[in-house]
Formats: sequence, structure tokens, C-alpha cells
Amino acid sequence: MSEQTYVATFPRLNEPAPDFEAVTTHGTLRLSDFRDSWVILFSHPADFTPVCTTEFIAFAEIYPELQARGVELIGLSIDSVYSHIAWVRNIEEKTGVKIPFPIIADLDKAVATKYGMIQPGASKTEAVRAVFVIDPKGILRAMIYYPLTTGRNMQEILRLIDALQTSDKYQVATPANWKPGDKVIVPAPKTIEMVEQHLKAGYEVVDWYLAKKSLS
Amino acid sequence: MACINPDGTLTPSAVAVLKAAEVPVTPAEIARQVGLPLYRVRSSLRELVEAGLLKEDAGFYTVTTLGKARLN
Repeated sequence: MSEQTYVATFPRLNEPAPDFEAVTTHGTLRLSDFRDSWVILFSHPADFTPVCTTEFIAFAEIYPELQARGVELIGLSIDSVYSHIAWVRNIEEKTGVKIPFPIIADLDKAVATKYGMIQPGASKTEAVRAVFVIDPKGILRAMIYYPLTTGRNMQEILRLIDALQTSDKYQVATPANWKPGDKVIVPAPKTIEMVEQHLKAGYEVVDWYLAKKSLS
Repeated sequence: MACINPDGTLTPSAVAVLKAAEVPVTPAEIARQVGLPLYRVRSSLRELVEAGLLKEDAGFYTVTTLGKARLN
């Protein structure tokens, strides 16, 4: 018996996010239609499934907070647009939650394949729970992949957006478990001369390579 | 088609976009006027230009004679 080898393609961080044109619940959209906005492109395994339904409600609940950060959401699964429409109508009917963002009907898996959302070890027909953060210039800035069994954490997604936007605005990094208002990490100096400046700058210094400061 | 119904009539959002383009206007201005997200306006503009209902010149969109006829 011959073994079939599946080679998944994955997008790469800090490179342009793969463009696409796709049928969605809001009409035919291209990734480039979202230029100048932050974008969260996320996939879910299937419509009318329990974990995905809780995630969609959760994404809808944080949508205003994402909008306040200049972020648009795009969902995706390997389902038809009719299935998507029926599902979002069902969610609204049963829970009162309106899904305000477009959902890609990726029946030919064109977008899912470009973004490495199909991982046969998890499922050959369904997308895993992937999240891609794309900046206003169309650069892929972060990726998260979750398995089929585990619903995503919306607070972590908001935290990730806050961290990326803070890094861009202030040219800093953010430490483990950082949240807005916490101290940020000052980039480590790269020369002996810079080390001396760094140590005199009034930062909270653990050692020359690890220093924090407040942004306020 | 998000702008044109299967029976050929225009969707409410398409009508709003065409009305906003009675004078040359940018996608961002249309989005502001009609209260739609900019990504949806860009998608609608593409569809309405392909249908001959709008024309684009240097980033400004204007309703065509055909587009005006569809509004009436």
C-alpha cells in the first residue's frame, strides 16, 4: 500500500499575508478590501457544531472591543455560504447574538490551504481553529493554532492585539503575561556604549539585557 | 452578488452606495455617508463598476447613466 504524503503550506510571520478573493456572508471579499485596518482572520471546523458556536458568540461579544482597536474580523470554514447564513440566523434566534462580521465559505479550501488551516492529523475535511493577525499594511504579524477540541480565549486575542499595537507605537516588547498598563520591555542594547546609556536611563533594570519601563 | 439580487434588483446597500456617488466620491467618504464598513464599500464598488453602474477615475467613484437609470 502506498503512503500519501501531505505537505501543508503555512504563511510566515512578518511577510505579506496571502491575498485571496472569497465568497462570504457579506459578498465577495478580497483580503485587500481590508487594507489600512488590522484584520483577524480565523477558521473554525464546521457550522452548527458546539465549540464553534460558543466561539462565534464570544467573537461577536468582543467585536466592539476589536472595532475600538481598529480591527476587523473574518471567519472561515469549509462550508457553503447557505450553511453560514442558516447558522448565524440560528445563533441569533437561539441566543440573541448577532454575528456582525463576514464568514468565508471556503468550499474549495483555497484560502484554508494558503493559510495552513487544513491539518490532516486533526481533520482532512475541516479547518483547525486558526487565528491570523494581519496589520494595516497586510503583513502577517501573529498566528495561533488550536485543536478541534479547544475553544479559543478571546481575552488572549485582545491581549495579543494590544501587545502588537503597543510594540508598534512605542518600539518596545512585552513580557510574559503582559496586559495594558503593565511595564514594557526596553529593547536590549546592542553595543557596549549602548549598555552604558541603557543603565543610566532610569529603567527598572534586572540586568543590562533585561530592563522595563512604564509607558505612562 | 452582494449588490444585485438574483432577480436583478439592487440591494438596499447598493442603492445607498449609488446615491452617495451622485458626485465623485472616495470609498472612505461613501463608507462614512452610508454607515457601512470600508471593506464592504470596496467590495460593492468593485461589483457595481463591473455591472456598469459606477465608474472610477483616480480613486473617485461616480454613478453612470445606467446606474442613474437603475436608481429611478
